[in-house]
Amino acid sequence: MSDKLKATEEQLAYARLLDKGMKLGLLMLVISFAIYVFGIFTPHVPVSDLPAYWSMPVKDYLKATDIHTGWSWLHMVGKGDFLNFVGIAFLSAVTIFCYIRIIPILFRKKDSVYGILAIIEVLVLVLAASGILKSGGH
Amino acid sequence: MLKQCFKFAILLIVIACFFVITLPAGASTEPLAAAPVVPQSLMPWWGWPLLLFVVTFVMGIVAVLGGVGGGVLFVPIIGGFFPFHIDFVRGAGLLVALAGALAAGPGLLKKGMADLRLAVPVALIASSCAIVGAMIGLALPAKVVNIALGGTILGIVAIMLMAKKSEYPDVPKPDNLSSALRISGVYYEPSLGENINWQIHRTPQGLATFIIIGVMAGMFGLGAGWANVPVLNLMMGAPLKVSVATSKFLLSITDTSAAWIYVNNGAVLPMMVVPSIIGIMLGSIVGVKILAKTKPAAIRYMVIGLLLFAGLRALLKGLGIWN
Repeated sequence: MSDKLKATEEQLAYARLLDKGMKLGLLMLVISFAIYVFGIFTPHVPVSDLPAYWSMPVKDYLKATDIHTGWSWLHMVGKGDFLNFVGIAFLSAVTIFCYIRIIPILFRKKDSVYGILAIIEVLVLVLAASGILKSGGH
Repeated sequence: MLKQCFKFAILLIVIACFFVITLPAGASTEPLAAAPVVPQSLMPWWGWPLLLFVVTFVMGIVAVLGGVGGGVLFVPIIGGFFPFHIDFVRGAGLLVALAGALAAGPGLLKKGMADLRLAVPVALIASSCAIVGAMIGLALPAKVVNIALGGTILGIVAIMLMAKKSEYPDVPKPDNLSSALRISGVYYEPSLGENINWQIHRTPQGLATFIIIGVMAGMFGLGAGWANVPVLNLMMGAPLKVSVATSKFLLSITDTSAAWIYVNNGAVLPMMVVPSIIGIMLGSIVGVKILAKTKPAAIRYMVIGLLLFAGLRALLKGLGIWN
C-alpha cells in the first residue's frame, strides 16, 4: 500500500503550493542577501554600523535609524538591506496563499466547517500581516 | 498515559505562571530609555554574522541528531552568547523555525504523515494566540523576557527529561468534537508493513493547551515542537509519527502569524536572519545524512545539557547576575 494514497486532495494541493512557494521564497532571500552583502544596492543602514545597532532594543534601533514600522519598508525596497524584506515577507505569506488555495476545494467537497475554519485562519494571518497590530514597545 | 498528560499540563501551567509572576518585578528594573550602545568587540562587523552562520550550521546538525527543532536552540544560545538584542534574536528565531517548517511541510503532507484535518483547528488557536504572545513579548523589557525565557527553557528541559512518548496511543473512543470535525486518519507504517488507523480524544483539552503554547511560541520565538508533540501524542492520542510531523507542519502556520508581528514592528535584521536560515538549513541537511548512518543517543543528552546551560544563562542575564 502506497503511503501517498492517504493524503487528501486539499492536503496535496496545499503541499504542492507550499513546496513551490518555499523554494521561491528561499531563492529570493539568498539573491537579495547577496545583493545586500556585495553592496550592489546601498543599504539604508551601512553594514559597518550594524554592530552599533543590533544590541539595542528594537524601539531604540528604529528611532536611531529613522526606520518606520509596518509596510513602510516597501518604500525603501531599493536599499540593499530592505530588499531582503521581499523574500522575508514572501516566506511569511506562503501559508496564507496555501490556505486560500484549499478553501474552494473544501467547499466543493461540502466540508463547510473546515472551509470556514480556513477562511478564519486567512483572516487571522492577514490581520497579523497587515501591520495594524502594533506592539507597545518597551 | 493520563498521568503523563496531567504532569505535562501542570508543567506548562507552572511555566506560564512563572513568567506571569516575574513580570512586575522585572518591569520595574528596566531603564527608561536605552542609550545607543557602542560595541566593545574588536571583531569586524562581518565577524558576528559569519560566526552566526557557523554556529547555526552546527546547531542544524545537533538539532536533527537531538530530535529537537532549531528554534528552541537558536533563541537561548544566540540570545545568551551573541551581542544581538533579544528582540532581534526572537524575530530571527521565529523566521528560522518558520523556514525549517516550510521546508519540511510539503514532504510531510504529501506522505500523509502530517495531517491537515488535525492541524487546521489546532493551528487556528495557536496562530491567533501567537499574535498575542508576540505583541506581549515585544512590549516587555529585555530583562523580563530573559527571565521568562530562562524559566521556559528550564521547563522545556524538564519536559524533555520527563515526558514519555507513545508510538501508538490507545484511543478507545474519539471524543465528540473530534468526531464532529472528522479528525482521524490512516498512514502507512513501513517498519510494520501495514496501515495504521488513528483517531484522537480529549480534543477540547488539547485545543485549550494550544492557547498557552501559541502565546509562548510568539512571545519567545522558540518554535513550539517541544510542546506540540507531547500534547498531540500524549494528551490527544495521535500516533507519535503523526504528532511529530503535524507539529512540524503546525509551526509553519503558528510562526507565520508571530513572524508578521516581529516583521511589522521592525524586529527583523536581515544580517541576522539570512545567515541563520541558511546555516541551520544546511546543517539540517548534513544532520539528516549523519542520522541515516547512526543515531547517537548521547546527542540528546548533550542537547538537554546545552539547553540547561543556555536557560540558566538567560535567567541569570535577566536577573542581572551574569551579564
